[in-house]
Formats: sequence, C-alpha cells, structure tokens
Amino acid sequence: MDAAPRSAAPQGDGQSAPGERDPAQAARRRWMSVLAKAKLNELESAWEDLAQKPAYDWLRRPEVGMVMVRARTGGTGGRFNLGQMTVTRCALRLASGEAGLGYVQGRSKRHAELAALFDALLQDEGRRGELEDSVIAPLEASHLDRRTARSRKANSTKVNFFTMVRGENE
Amino acid sequence: MYVAVKGGEQAILNSHKLIAEERRGDTEVPELSLAQIKEQMQLAVDRVMTEGSLYDRDLAALAIKQAQGDLLEAIFLLRAYRTTLTRFGESEPIDTSCMAVRRRISAAYKDLPGGQVLGPSYDYTHRLLDFALAAEEGVGAPEAEAAEAGVDESIPRVTDILNHEGLIEEETALDGDAGAVADLTREPLRFPAGRDLRLQNLARGDEGFLLALGYSTQRGYGRNHPFAGEIRLGEVAVEFVPEELGFPIELGEITVTECQMINQFAGSAGRPPQFTRGYGLSFGHCERKTMAMALVDRALRARELDETVEYPAQDEEFVLYHSDNVEASGFVQHLKLPHYVDFQSELQLIRSLRRRHDEEQQEAAE
Repeated sequence: MDAAPRSAAPQGDGQSAPGERDPAQAARRRWMSVLAKAKLNELESAWEDLAQKPAYDWLRRPEVGMVMVRARTGGTGGRFNLGQMTVTRCALRLASGEAGLGYVQGRSKRHAELAALFDALLQDEGRRGELEDSVIAPLEASHLDRRTARSRKANSTKVNFFTMVRGENE
Repeated sequence: MYVAVKGGEQAILNSHKLIAEERRGDTEVPELSLAQIKEQMQLAVDRVMTEGSLYDRDLAALAIKQAQGDLLEAIFLLRAYRTTLTRFGESEPIDTSCMAVRRRISAAYKDLPGGQVLGPSYDYTHRLLDFALAAEEGVGAPEAEAAEAGVDESIPRVTDILNHEGLIEEETALDGDAGAVADLTREPLRFPAGRDLRLQNLARGDEGFLLALGYSTQRGYGRNHPFAGEIRLGEVAVEFVPEELGFPIELGEITVTECQMINQFAGSAGRPPQFTRGYGLSFGHCERKTMAMALVDRALRARELDETVEYPAQDEEFVLYHSDNVEASGFVQHLKLPHYVDFQSELQLIRSLRRRHDEEQQEAAE
C-alpha cells in the first residue's frame, strides 16, 4: 500500500498552523529535524546499537523526489522559487502500531527509512526518554559540533580594524 | 525525391564509444571519482546545481564527470534528470537572516554589527599560479585557523540597518503570502513578468550572460549606481510541510549565497528619496553570479520605478528570453542537426536567382 498515511499525523490536530503548535508537535518537529540533518553513518550506528529492533510494514516505500525551494525577495519580501532540491520520503508502521515518517534531503532511501523508524519509535512514550538521550541528543550535538567547527574557522577570518593616528605634529 | 533516413546508427554508436574513451583519457592516469569532484571542484558543482536548478551535490558531480567538465552540458544533464522526479511540493521560504554564516562582507559600511567575515574567498589572493598545487606529493591536509568562538549567531542584515532610518525601500510580502508564486517549471514565461518570475529566471540563468548584462549597467547602459550592501554565504535550513503532518519540519540544510545590492534613489511627490534594492541568491557559493543577478534584478525594475527602459539589461523580454543556457545552447546547437532538405530548397532558390541575374546582365548588354 503506497497510499499517503494520513494516520502518521501526531495525536491532535495535524492541520493547526505552525504558530500554534502544541508541545507534542514541537517535540516531534525537533526530532524529525535532527534525524533529517544527521549523517547516514551516525544513524546506522544508532540503529546498530538499538537493543530491541522493531518489526514494521511500509505505508509508503522510500521514494526519491524533489521539493521546490522558496526564498523571499531581499530576504524579507515576496516569495519566489529559487530551484529544487532532491528529497527522499517514506512512511512505515511498527508492529506496535506507531506510524513513522521520513522526509530527508538527498537521495538516500536508507536515510529516510532510518529517520522514519526512529520517528515511529520516539512516538512510544515508554521509549522516548531513553531514545532522546541515546540517539537524538547525540545526533543534535554532533550536528552542532560540525556547525561550530565551520563557524570558528569562519570567525578566524573576521577583520579587526585598527585605527592609525596620523598628522597632528607627531 | 528520396532522402536517406537510415544509416547513421552504427556511426552514432561508435561515436558514443569514442567519447567514452576520450572522456576517460589516458588510462595510466587514475580515474576521477565523484567524491573527488564533489570535494575538490566544489565551485563547479555549485554552478551546475544553481543553473541546473537542482540542489544535489552528488548528481551535479556525476553530471560534471559525464560532461567531461563542460559545465553547460552538465547543467543540461541535471535539468533533464529533474523531469524524471516527482515533486513533493514547495518549501517554506528559507530565512537567510538565520543563516549559519561563513562569509559576510559589506562594501557600504566598514564597522557594522557582526563585522566583516572574509570566509573562504579568492578575492584576497594574488592570482599568481600556485605551483605548490602542482607538486607530485600533493598538498596534504591544509588546516584553517579556528577562532575561540564562532561567528555571531544572528547577524543583522545591512538592509535592515538602513531600514531603521527609512533610507531604503522596505521589502515586505505585500500580499501576505496569499497569492500564487510564478513557476517556470510549470508555465512558460509571460510578460509583463512579476519579480517572482524574474528572480526565478535569473537564479537559474547563465552566469556569463548575467555577468555581461550586469557589467553593461555599470558601464552606463542602464546606470543604477550600485553598492554591494551585503554578501553572505552559509547554510540555511529548508523547512517543508509534509501532506501527512500539516506542520513544517526541516528536510536538511543547503548552502546559499545572497547578495543585497543597494542602488541609487527613487522617490516621488508623496515619498522622500530612498535607496532601491537589487537581489541575488544562488545555491552553493556563486558570488559573482549573485552579484550579477542583483544588478540585473535592479535594472529590470526600471518600469516599476518609473525609469525609461532604454538598454538591454532593462528590457525584460530581452533578458528573460535569453538568460537560459539550456535553451540558448539547444537552439544554437540545433544548427548541427541535418537540415538537408531545407538546404536543398535554398540551393534551388540561389540557383534560380543567379540565373535571373545572368539573364538580366545579358539583356542589359544587348
């Protein structure tokens, strides 16, 4: 069955505007973002280390497609289409019932699959705390490390202007 | 008349084999890997992604390898590949004020909040060939310096600084994001073109063409007296609302270059003079491209700003119809396709013209 799994929406109203999201939605938003930005090898080893690997069925097999990236004129103005990016998506349901969704940049079906698996597992409140500590927090830290490393190198190229005194009978 | 329509298959097949061999080059030399192109030819990858209008570093690297480094051919390959993929939808607009900045410069202010961060740039090199790169043993693993801390988390836009005094026109979504956004991948060009359509066209437009047009405005063909208000390079998150969720999630991060060009004034009886803007944005690190794009974007706003449209860079039909190198290259290169029948008719025509010319000469002589 490749039908769109509407049931993959979190508890509560999946249609609410981004501004009025509930805490459960905010939490899921965060872990899905972390999973999407993680490196594939990090996800693989997190999966390797998982004690109980769940059985699952596909709701939508991994599919490579595109998303049109939009931007704003001048950064703040009207929207325009900048160009597209490759994205892979999939949806699956664990034997225990939770539906997980993977939407990740690029063309790695495995990345989408692992993101969807962890997304489903994280919806089980019994496992969430442990997965947060053992998977999400380390992935987030690792992403932040990469970002900080780049940023520190960039900051080494920041110009420090100094003023020279001139004239005035030195 | 019969025309030979068959017979080229073997020749074409053999031409494919020949190009495969030529592309490989001397087999004594190790074959180039996609990872090498992706990691060591990054700016070529960036251009191919921007003008191919598809952000995927691996595919762009493959296209460059397949095209033997002919970037326009690689752009064509990426555009063609795009048509095989399903489109899931449109992202939320990226927020360049939340960029993880790796380079940020302003030519308008020396000291400004966030500072001048030079980042990775050839601007400050001497442009002398560096023979160290030619050394047999290679360059090893060069290491950049790292400051104690990173760049400021949030760096204000130069245009926002000017905005505080009302000195520059404000850029806001007038329709509150209610209207449709023009999309060249779904509908053909239509005139007059809105700024959304123009910017999409320029974003994937040919760098060389836009560079020349931008240059022409500086040389007086559509003068708009530009300052590079701000150029920034870095990573931004792309958010998307999956149909299954109804709320936005991040798909990942892309590298973009943004150029805010500040230009001379516009004003009216009801509005005091203000700086005007031109905007450039690209995938990856395409700084020259975004600067040229911003110059041309500003020039194309002539009509909107009550300026006389008198030069090529201000003429939206001229610019937008000729900016796409896939179309341009296709139309120029189609001349290589067989035109045997066309040419036969031309031959008949010129022979009859010459006959008439000869007859008239003879009559005149008699």
